[in-house]
Amino acid sequence: MLGRLTIDALPFYSWVAMGGALVTVLIVLLTALVVTWAGKWRYLWEEWLTSVDHKRIGVMYIMLALVMLVRGFIDAIMMRAQQAIALNNEGYLPPEHFEQIFTSHGTIMVFFMAMPFLTGLINIVVPQQLGARDVAFPFMNSVSLWLTAAGAGLVGISLVLGKFSTAGWTGYPPYSGIGFSPGVGVDYWIWALLVSGVGSTMTGINFITTILRCRAPGMKLMQMPLFVWTTLCTSILMAFAFPALTVVAALLGLDRTVGMHFFTNELGGNMMNFANLIWIWGHPEVYILILPAFGVFSEVTAVFSRKRLFGYRSLVYATMAIGLLSFTVWLHHFFTMGSSPNVNAIFGIATMIIAVPTGVKIFDWLFTMVRGRIAFHPAMLFTIGFIITFVIGGITGVLLAIPPVDYQMHNTTFLVAHFHNMLIPGALFGYFAGTQFWFPKVFGFRLNEFWGKMVFSCWLIGFYLAFMPLYALGLLGMTRRLEQYTHPDWQPFLLVAFAGACVVLVGVFSVFMQFYVSIKNRNEHRDLTGDPWNGRTLEWATSSPAAPYNFAVIPEVNSVDAFWEMKKKGEAYDFPDQYEPIIMPANTAAGVLIGLCGFLVGFAFVWYLWWLAILAMVSAMAVVIVRSCNDHGEEIITPEAIMAIESKRKAQLISVEGLSARGAPA
Amino acid sequence: MSHNRLQQVMAEHLEECLDNREFGFWLYLMTDAIIFALLFATYVSMFRNTANGPEPINLFDLKHVSLETACLLISSVTFGFAWLAAMNKKLPTVMLWLIITLVFGVSFVSLEIAEFAEMIREGAGPQASGYLSSFFTLVATHGIHVSIGMLGILMMVLQVFMKGLTPQVCSRLFRLGLFWHFLDIVWIGIFSVVYLPVFI
Repeated sequence: MLGRLTIDALPFYSWVAMGGALVTVLIVLLTALVVTWAGKWRYLWEEWLTSVDHKRIGVMYIMLALVMLVRGFIDAIMMRAQQAIALNNEGYLPPEHFEQIFTSHGTIMVFFMAMPFLTGLINIVVPQQLGARDVAFPFMNSVSLWLTAAGAGLVGISLVLGKFSTAGWTGYPPYSGIGFSPGVGVDYWIWALLVSGVGSTMTGINFITTILRCRAPGMKLMQMPLFVWTTLCTSILMAFAFPALTVVAALLGLDRTVGMHFFTNELGGNMMNFANLIWIWGHPEVYILILPAFGVFSEVTAVFSRKRLFGYRSLVYATMAIGLLSFTVWLHHFFTMGSSPNVNAIFGIATMIIAVPTGVKIFDWLFTMVRGRIAFHPAMLFTIGFIITFVIGGITGVLLAIPPVDYQMHNTTFLVAHFHNMLIPGALFGYFAGTQFWFPKVFGFRLNEFWGKMVFSCWLIGFYLAFMPLYALGLLGMTRRLEQYTHPDWQPFLLVAFAGACVVLVGVFSVFMQFYVSIKNRNEHRDLTGDPWNGRTLEWATSSPAAPYNFAVIPEVNSVDAFWEMKKKGEAYDFPDQYEPIIMPANTAAGVLIGLCGFLVGFAFVWYLWWLAILAMVSAMAVVIVRSCNDHGEEIITPEAIMAIESKRKAQLISVEGLSARGAPA
Repeated sequence: MSHNRLQQVMAEHLEECLDNREFGFWLYLMTDAIIFALLFATYVSMFRNTANGPEPINLFDLKHVSLETACLLISSVTFGFAWLAAMNKKLPTVMLWLIITLVFGVSFVSLEIAEFAEMIREGAGPQASGYLSSFFTLVATHGIHVSIGMLGILMMVLQVFMKGLTPQVCSRLFRLGLFWHFLDIVWIGIFSVVYLPVFI
C-alpha cells in the first residue's frame, strides 16, 4: 500500500538534514496558520490561486521564485561554509548530504528560481506591451503555473520524506542509474523536471501564440518592444527545447523504474546518449534564462537614458541569431567525452560565434547610454553592473570553447565560476532590474531606492568575492563538488569565497527588506499616473495597477516606442465617452487541480505507490476532459463597470500636477 | 448598450479564441514532433545494441504490421469523412464516421498490444536490451498517443450528440483531426524506420 515509503524516509541520518526538514514543515504550518488567522483562505482561493489573470499569475510565479531563491541560496552558503572549513577534516556536512545540497542548489536555481522568475516577468509585462488584454490561453497559463509549483513542491518535500538526488543537477548516468543510486533521490529529480517541464513547454506555446496573434492593431513585428522580441525567442526555445528534457528524463525514469537499458552500463545501454539528449535541451536553456534578461536591460537602458534604443534592428537580429545558434553548440558541454578532434573543433567554433551577436548587443546598450541623460535608478545600476560583469564571463566562456583548454578546465571550479558569471549577472540581475522597473506597474507604488541600491551593491560585490577566487582555484586544479580537500593553498581562496557568500546573504536580506520598507511607506511612493519613469512602451499606458482588462480601448500602434509617440502627440490619455463590453476569461480551479494531480503523480512514482499514480492520472484526465467540454469559460465586463474604473483613473490623472504637458486631461 | 452589440462582441471574441487555439495546436504538434524525433534518433543510434539478445529480423511479422498499418491509415480516411460531414452539417453522418474511426483505432491498438505481448512472451521484452528498450518506448509512445486520441474521439461523439455542431465543437473536431493525422504521419515514420528496413 505504501510502496517503499517507510519510517526510514524521515531524515534521521544527519542533524543538518533533520533541521532542514523541521524548518520546511514549520514554514508550511506557519504560513497556513497565518492565512487561517487572517481569515484569508477564501480570498486567496478566489482571487489568486484560481485566477487566470496574467498579472496575478505573474506575481505568483515571482513569489515562488523568491521563495526558491532563498532555498537555493541557503544551499549555496552551506556549500561555501563547508568548503571554507573542510581542509583535512570532514567539515560539518556528511558527504552524501553535501552531494544532495549541490544537486538541489543547481536544480532549484535553474528550474524553480530562474524559470518562474522570468516566466513571471513575461506574464506581467508582455500582454501589456502588446496592447493585449490577456495571453492567448489564460487557462493554460494557470496550468503552467501550477505544474511548475508542483515540481517545486516535489523538491520541497524531498527535504522531509526521503533524500534528494546526489547526482548533480544534470544527473549523468550511470551514476544516476538504479545500480549506483538505488534510493528515491534521482526519482524526485526526474519527476520534478518532468512535471515542471510540461508546464514550461506550455508557457512557450502560450507566448508564441500571444505574441504572433494578440498584438494591438497596427503593431508590426519590427515595432514590438525588445522585451517582447526576447520573450518570443525564449518562448520558441522553450517549446522546442523542453520536449528534449521530457524525453531524457522519461528515458532515465524508464531505466530506473521499469528496468530498461537506455543509459545503463550493460545490455546495450549507451550512457553517452544521455549527455547528448540532456544538453540538446540544456544549452538552449541557458538562452531561455538569459534572453528575457537581455530584454529587460534593453527596456531599462532606453528609459533611464532618456533615449531611443540604439540599433533596435540589430538587437532583434542578434536575439534571433543567438536563438538559432543555441541549438548548434550543445556538444561543448562534453568535449572530453571523446568525440573526434574535428567534431570538437566544429562545436568549439560554433560556440565562439555566439559571442558575436552577444557583443553586438553589448555595444547597442553602450551606445544607447552614450550622450543619454542617465538616471542611476537601481534598475539601471543592475544593467551597468551586468554589462561589465557579463563581459568577463563571456571572455572565460570563449576560453572554455577552445577544446584543448576545456580538457584542462573541465570539471574544475573554473567552470563553476564561468557559468555563475554568466547566469548571475546575465539572468538574475536582469530579473532584479525587471522587478525594480515594473513593480509600480503591478502594485501601484514604487520600490524604495535605497534598499534597491543595497540589493545591487551586495549582489555585485558578493558575486566578485565569491566567484573570482573560484577562477583561480580552477586554475590551481581544484575540481568542482569537493566536500573536503587536503591542499592548504586552496583554503584562503575558499575563505574569500565564503565571505562573498556572506555579502550575498546581506543582498538576499535586502531583497526582502526592500519589499518590507516599500510596502510600509507605500503612500509616499504612489504611482498615480501609471507611468512612473516616463516610459516608452505600451505597458506604461495602463493604470498602476492595471485594470483587469489592461486597456479599456485597445490602442492603435504605428511605431516602435508606441507610448512615447502617443505622449508626444498628446494622445496618451484620451478617454472616450462610451465603452464596448469586454469579455474576459473567468477564474477556474481546474489549473490548481491539474497541478495537484501532477504533484501526486510525481510523488507516487517516486515512492512506487502505483494505486496513487493511477488515481492521480485518472483524476488529471477527468479534469482535462471536463474542462475541454466547457463552452462558457468567460465573463463579461459591462460598459458601466468599465466607465466606473476609467472615471476613477481620469480623476487620478487630473490630480497629478504637470501631467497635462504629456497629454493628460487638464 | 444594445443586446445585439454584446452578441457581436462575443461572437468576435469566440472566433478569435478558436483561431488562436488552432494556431496553438499546431505549435503543440511541433513540440510533440520533437519528442518523436528524439525517440527516433535514440532508436536509430541503438539499432545495433541488441546485446546478443533477440535480433529484429526474428521479432517482426510483416503481415501483422501491414494489418496494423492498414487499420491506422484507413482510420485517418474515415476521420476525414467525419470532418467532411461536419462541414456539411450532417450530424448523424459525423457520428457514424467517428464511430467507424474508433473501431479502426481500437483494432490498431489491440493489434499492437498483441504484438507486444507476443514479443514479451518470447523473452524479447523492453528489459532485454538497449535496442528493445528503444523499440518499445518509441512504438508504445505512439500507441499511447493513439489511445489518448481515441478517448478524444469518444468525447467528440458525445459532444456532437449533446451539443450539435457548434463552432466550438467543430473547432475541437478539427484539432482532434490534426492530432489524428499527425499520428498517422508518425506511424509512417515508424513503419519505414523500424519495420521496413528489417525486411529489405
